[in-house]
Amino acid sequence: MTRKLYQVLGIAALFACALVVLAILGVVLFDLTAKGGPTLSWHFLSQYPKKGMTEGGILPAIFGTTAVTLLSTLLATPLGIGCAVFLHEYAPDNRISRLIRASIRNLAGVPSIVYGLFGLAIFMQFFGMGASVLAAGCTLGLLTLPSIITTTEEALRNVPRLTREGALALGATKWETIRTVVLPAAVPGILTGVILALSRSAGETAPILFTGVAFYTRYLPASVLDEFMALPYHLYILSTQHHAIEEVRPLAYATALTLLGLVFLLNLTAFWVRARYKQ
Amino acid sequence: MRETLILSLLICLVGCGRQNVENITIKGSDTEVNLVLQLAEAYMDTDPTVSISVSGGGSGVGIAGLLNGRIDVANSSREIMKEELAMAAQRQLNAEPFVFAADALAIICHPSVSFDSLQLDELGRIFSGEVQNWSQLGGRAGQISLYGRQSNSGTFMYFRERVLGKDYAPGIKQMNGNAQILEAIKADANAIGYIGFGYLTDESGALWQGIKVIKLGSERGKNAISPLDRAAIKAGLYPLTRPLFQFTNGEPTGKTRAFFAFEKSAAGQAIIAKNGYLPAAEAGLVSNFSQ
Amino acid sequence: MKQRLFWDIFFARLLAGAAWVSVLTLAGIFLMLLFNSIRAFQSISPTQFFSIAAWNPAAYGEATYGIGAMLVSTFLVTMGAMLIAVPLGIGTAAFLSEIASPRVRNILKPAIEMLAAVPSVVIGFLGIVLVAPVLADVFHLPNGLNALNGSILLAVMALPTLISVTEDAIHAVPKDYKEASYALGANRWETLVRVTLPSCTSGILVAVMLGLGRALGETMTVLMATGNATAMPHSFFDPVRTITATVAIEMGEVPSGTPHFYSLFACALVLFLITLFVNMAAERVAAGFRQKGQ
Repeated sequence: MTRKLYQVLGIAALFACALVVLAILGVVLFDLTAKGGPTLSWHFLSQYPKKGMTEGGILPAIFGTTAVTLLSTLLATPLGIGCAVFLHEYAPDNRISRLIRASIRNLAGVPSIVYGLFGLAIFMQFFGMGASVLAAGCTLGLLTLPSIITTTEEALRNVPRLTREGALALGATKWETIRTVVLPAAVPGILTGVILALSRSAGETAPILFTGVAFYTRYLPASVLDEFMALPYHLYILSTQHHAIEEVRPLAYATALTLLGLVFLLNLTAFWVRARYKQ
Repeated sequence: MRETLILSLLICLVGCGRQNVENITIKGSDTEVNLVLQLAEAYMDTDPTVSISVSGGGSGVGIAGLLNGRIDVANSSREIMKEELAMAAQRQLNAEPFVFAADALAIICHPSVSFDSLQLDELGRIFSGEVQNWSQLGGRAGQISLYGRQSNSGTFMYFRERVLGKDYAPGIKQMNGNAQILEAIKADANAIGYIGFGYLTDESGALWQGIKVIKLGSERGKNAISPLDRAAIKAGLYPLTRPLFQFTNGEPTGKTRAFFAFEKSAAGQAIIAKNGYLPAAEAGLVSNFSQ
Repeated sequence: MKQRLFWDIFFARLLAGAAWVSVLTLAGIFLMLLFNSIRAFQSISPTQFFSIAAWNPAAYGEATYGIGAMLVSTFLVTMGAMLIAVPLGIGTAAFLSEIASPRVRNILKPAIEMLAAVPSVVIGFLGIVLVAPVLADVFHLPNGLNALNGSILLAVMALPTLISVTEDAIHAVPKDYKEASYALGANRWETLVRVTLPSCTSGILVAVMLGLGRALGETMTVLMATGNATAMPHSFFDPVRTITATVAIEMGEVPSGTPHFYSLFACALVLFLITLFVNMAAERVAAGFRQKGQ
């Protein structure tokens, strides 16, 4: 009798755990939508902040986030795909390739603030980029590089060996095989990884803190060497350092909702790509 | 991938349309950030060929940025320190101060704290941790809950030099900015903290509910003065009146100079007054601790 | 044909170069932290740095650079997060892989992936506006910005990693184990608790360590929600300042080239080494687990 009781209680406990996790997501979505929804409007998304950020919108932040995220992905994608192709297609299983793989895994675990410091020391100071979209983009690119490499390798692994061997049998060189057969087949998987990296870049704050983000700029960045505003930093300032915290709370909620919306949109797109092309 | 390329081209194109705009980067004091932001907005309305970017972070952030050669103007609510002057000299920089307004630093506490006025030396003993319970000063018993700024704040430095003469109590809660201190004190029955005058009132000039402004007396026997008493401040009677600075590398030139001129003009001074700050001329009792 | 061969070799070399970038980056990060830390220790004594002296670079008198309190704060918040996340995570993973029907799984799995996608600054924001008032109410505190808040938020951030890695580990348990257990008369719960879970202990351990690494490196969440007091904490209700928060806060305010500037790199080096250690340990366990399981 007690054994059955334990089973019922045990399974109920597990169910409760899953419910709690679901509830957490629910609370996040509900709270942000309820309190940010009313302030969110086309006006909010397309206007500049006014009157010391207590009115107006967040257009420069959206623009800045878009610019820096795109730049970081532009930099990381070719590098990441190249690295993954090398590791999967060319590298023999020796100490060097294991070292490279270990480096990638460890890079994935490095805290984002350390990437920020690296960006400060290398991109801003050593390469002289200064506080700019470029420095921040490079830093974010490095941050997302490990995940692009990992997902690309996964995608390459899923290309059937027969496909490769078929091309080689037809006389193609290794590179031609990769270029015309393997990579195109792996595109959905790679695309998923790139979109997820985009989403990660958009939400990161620590790496851009000292590499170029600003509290308020009147105009959009005119070039990649200018400072920029960004959604996550804007949310951070509105909720901690602003001079009228209570007053701008609704704006903070709307900013959080916008950022969350952007990130979720990107993630859902990635899932759709993944689901659509699953063999 | 193609879409990415097109988008990035668009970004560059958008940017190319604005080559002849001069950029001024201003960073620093949280006490001044809202004020300078409004001054900048008003100035940019008159002159569309300049783009002023304003950030906070604390006076220390501003001066560090100036020393690192990364910004044009450092907002600072404190004087520049000896070590910073030495560093500037080392880097062939010349930190030139410009006083554009003044601030009466206010001491606020929760309404249920028993005191309406304090002496400056009592204030010092409270914030250095010597006195830890309100009952030690004759008030309702309660462990004193201290709120202050972080070490990057000019207000933090100014208060320490002017009032304490030594380190803050170790348990002081270091908040990110003036607004956070205000919010925290409203919720804490034994709280006391310092904030810039401009943060005492809301947009319309009314005092925020839920806090009590402490009158300060600089010497025993003399009347304690409230920071809300404009006449007394003008007469130099409030002990915590301080100038608000903007530092540039060398004399300001070009648009920066024009912006500074705007700040000193009637239009600029009107904005300063509207935000609850004092005109530069009313700095009254000016504290000077870089010597 | 020669031209095709040329491109073949050219790209092989180019791609190899791309691969070396990742090694160089990791080495570069380590070296940058190391060199700047060495400069820090030229003016700060290592014994003071690793002691419980106060972290007070802007002291009135002599500046002190002790990270003892910060290390304790970091571990306090992280361990608190693990205490919350590990049971919840293992329970959810077990539910997902053993109990849930495919339909439920199709709702729950994407939900967990969405939770993983929430940016840390949004979680930190909710910590300030949602969790802090609740904590202040329930525990009668002036504000709810303390270590407990940080632990709750970090648990939320570490959960998705914990859940997915644990789920993988549970899936890797061979079906024969479970079938043997059923054959002996055990019911689903007993099989789960006495056979399945124990047989993937190392996998669960890997999950916990990866979650731990995630929590240790989090910056924005703790920066916004833990109150940022540099004093040594005495309980979960004290405001704390982790290593990540200190670096984030103070980096913007230091002129480059000062002892304070370098000391922040030293802090980052300590953090980097700790997370590196945790990740490498997780890999060691994972490697052992892979060999054993098969």
